[in-house]
Amino acid sequence: MKKYILPGLKLSAVFIVLCSGIYPLLIAAVGKLTPGGGKGETVSVNGKVVGYANIGQKFTEDKYFWSRPSAAAYNAAASGGSNKAPSNPDYLKDVQTHIDSFLAHNPGVKKEDIPAELVTYSGSGLDPDLSPAGAKIQVARIAAVRHLDRDKLNALVDRYTQGPLLGILGPSKVNVLKLNIALDELSHGGR
Amino acid sequence: MFTELTGVIVTFLLTLLIAFPLGRYIARVYRGDRTLLDFMGPLERFIFRICGIDPTKKMSWKEFLKAMLTINLLWFIYAFVLFLFQGKLPMNPDGNPSMSPDLTFNTAISFLVNCNLQDYSGETGATYLTQLFVITFLQFVSAATGIACLVALLNGLKEKTTQNLGNFWMIFTKTITRILLPICVVIAVLLAFHGTPTSYDGKDTVITMQGDTVQVSRGPAAGMIAIKHLGTNGGGWFGANSAHPLENPDYFTNILEMVAQLLIPIAMIFALGFYINRKKFAYVTFAVMTIGMLCLLIPTMITEIHGNPAIARMGIAQPMGAMEGKEVRFGPAASAFWSIVTTIISTGSVNSMHDSSMALSGLMQLLGMMVNAFYGGCGVGILNYYIYVIIAVFIAGLMVGRTPEFMGHKVEAREVKIAALVTLLSAFLIKGFTALACYVLVYHGNAPWAVKPSAWLNNPRYHGFSEMLYQFTSTNANNGSGFEGLADNNVFWNVTGGIVMILGRYLPIIGPIAIAGLLANKKYIPESSGTLKADSLTFGIMVFVVIIIVTALSYFPPLALGPIAEYFSLKA
Repeated sequence: MKKYILPGLKLSAVFIVLCSGIYPLLIAAVGKLTPGGGKGETVSVNGKVVGYANIGQKFTEDKYFWSRPSAAAYNAAASGGSNKAPSNPDYLKDVQTHIDSFLAHNPGVKKEDIPAELVTYSGSGLDPDLSPAGAKIQVARIAAVRHLDRDKLNALVDRYTQGPLLGILGPSKVNVLKLNIALDELSHGGR
Repeated sequence: MFTELTGVIVTFLLTLLIAFPLGRYIARVYRGDRTLLDFMGPLERFIFRICGIDPTKKMSWKEFLKAMLTINLLWFIYAFVLFLFQGKLPMNPDGNPSMSPDLTFNTAISFLVNCNLQDYSGETGATYLTQLFVITFLQFVSAATGIACLVALLNGLKEKTTQNLGNFWMIFTKTITRILLPICVVIAVLLAFHGTPTSYDGKDTVITMQGDTVQVSRGPAAGMIAIKHLGTNGGGWFGANSAHPLENPDYFTNILEMVAQLLIPIAMIFALGFYINRKKFAYVTFAVMTIGMLCLLIPTMITEIHGNPAIARMGIAQPMGAMEGKEVRFGPAASAFWSIVTTIISTGSVNSMHDSSMALSGLMQLLGMMVNAFYGGCGVGILNYYIYVIIAVFIAGLMVGRTPEFMGHKVEAREVKIAALVTLLSAFLIKGFTALACYVLVYHGNAPWAVKPSAWLNNPRYHGFSEMLYQFTSTNANNGSGFEGLADNNVFWNVTGGIVMILGRYLPIIGPIAIAGLLANKKYIPESSGTLKADSLTFGIMVFVVIIIVTALSYFPPLALGPIAEYFSLKA
C-alpha cells in the first residue's frame, strides 16, 4: 500500500498546483483583455450601471417590453427553472394565469398569437432574451402607453434583433435590457 | 426552425471533424510517438522526478487498480475535509457556509467519481476555494482516471500475451498534460471572450431599470466550465448549469460546450482503432454508438419542437416548440440535442431543465443513462461498451456452440461472470434504490429530515415517480444531471446517492480491467476460419441487439410506471 500512497500524494499536490492554481490564474489574466475585463459585461445608462448584458432582469411595467416569467424572480445570486412537468395540473394553471395576465395588459392581442416563451419559465430564471415575435406582440401596448408610432417600435425591435450565428445557426433573439434602454432613448429623444 | 436544425447538424459534424485527428493524436501520445506537444516532455519528467515515479515501470492489472484506487481514496479525503470546512477557509468573498456532513459526503463522492451530481447550488453552496481547488481539480483528475483505465484495457488488447497494462501514473499524467489541460485553455479563453467571467471578484450589486436591487453572482468560472465539458464531468459553476447566461452566454458557446463534451468520447473511439491497430473495429463501434444516439435523439427533437400538447390545448402558439425550462438563445432543437448528448455521455450538464422536458424526451434521457455506452463518459464509455461486447461474444458463442474468442483470447466462465455481474449491478442499484425511496416516501412521509419525504417531489403522479427513478439512474451512470425538482439535499438522498455513485463508478471500471488483465494473460490464438470476427458489421449488430435486450429487460417496468405512463396521460 505504502508504495502507492507516497507517489499518489505527491502527484496530487502537483496537479492541485497546476489545475487549481496556475490554470485559473492564467485564464483570469487572459480574461482581463475581454470586453467586461472578466467580471461580466455591464450595461450603463448615463454612466450608471443598470445591469449585466447577459443577465435578464425583471420587466413588468407596461411601458417596457416584458421579460419572460422567472422561477428565480430574476435573482442573479441564485438561478434555476420551475422544474414543473408538462403534465402537472398546478403548473398548467400557472401558465393560464400568465396567459390571462398578458391578455389583460395587452387588449386586442389574440391568444393564439402569444409565443410560448412569454407564458413559460426559462431554464435559468435569468433568460436575457425574447424571440422577435415575443417582443413584437408587445408593441401595440407600448405604443399606446408611450404614445409612440407602432412602425417605429417594430423597426426598433428589428434593429435589436440578433439573427442566427453566421446567419444559419440557431434561433433569432432580442436582448430585452438593451431593447428597453433603446426604447427609453426613443421616447426621450424621438418626440 | 431551419436555422435551429442546421445548428444541431453543424455542431455534430464539427465535432467529428475535430475528433478524428484528435483520436490519431491521442493514440500517438500513449504510444510515445513524437507529437506537437513534446515541449511538455521536460515538465512531465520533472513531475515524475519530484514524485519519485518511474514512468517505465510496468504494472499488472492488479497493481494498476491498486495505484488507481489508492490515489482516488486520497482525493476523497482531501475533498471531504475542504467541503466540510469551506465556510471558514479563505477565498470565500460571498460568505457562503460550510456543507453539512451528509451533503459533504455526497458532493465529495460526486466529483471524485466524475458524476457531478449537485445537491447544492453553486452560487450559495460552494466557495471559490472549493470550486477551484476541489471541484475543478477533481474534474481534471477524475476524467484522467477514466481515460487511463481505458488505456489499460487497450494495452491488454494490443499485445498477444502480456502481464503489463501500463503505468497508471504515467498514463494519468500524460492525459492531463498532453490532452486535457491544453484543450481546456483554448476552450476557456473562447468562453471568456464570449462573456463568461474569469475574475476572482465576488457578488456585484446593481439597481435595475425598474429600480430593483439585484445581486449578481460571478467568479473565475471559465476554466471550470471548460474542463466540466471536456472531461464529461458536468457540474456547473452556477446552479442553473449551462442554462445560466454567464455559464453559456450565446449560441457560439453552446456549440463550443457541445463539441467539448462530445470530443473526447468520440476521439477515444478513433484512438482505440489507431492504438490497437484495429481501425475497422473502431469504425463499427462508432457506427453502433451513433445509431444508438440517433434512436434516442430523433424522437426527442421531434417531440420538443412539436411543443407541449397541454399548452397547445390552451390555445398558445409554440412556434419554436416547448419553451418551459428552456432558454430563447438556444431554442428547443439545440436543447433537445444537448439533453440527449449529456445523458448518453456521462456529462450531466444541462442547458435546459430536464424535469420540464416532454415525457418522451424524459424517457430517452433515462434510456441514454441506462445504456451509458453510446459514446459514454471519458474512457468509461468504452469500458461500459466492452462489457456489452463480452456479453455479445458469450451469446454468439452459445449460438454456434463453441468457446468464444475475442481478439485472440478465449472468453471463459470467469470473464463472462464478471461482465454479467457488472451488467446486473446497474439494474439492481437503480431499481432497488428507487423502490426504497418509494417505500420511505409512502410509509415514512413525516421522517424528520431537512426535507420531509412527503415534500420530496415537485410534480405529482407518474412524473413524481420519474423524478426518483431519474435520480438513481443518474447517480448509477455517474451522469449527474437531474430532474431537479426533486428535493435532494437531505440525509436520505445524500447518503443513498453517495453509495450508488461509488458502486456505479468503481465496479464498472474494475470489471473490464480485470477481464482485460485475465484475457491478456491467456495464450494467443491466431485467427482461423472459425474465429468470431469482432470487427465485422454482423458482430456490431449483435452488440447493438444485446444492448437493446439487456436494457429493455432490465428497465421496462420502471419506465412504464414513469415516463411512458406520463406520455399516454398527456396524449389523452
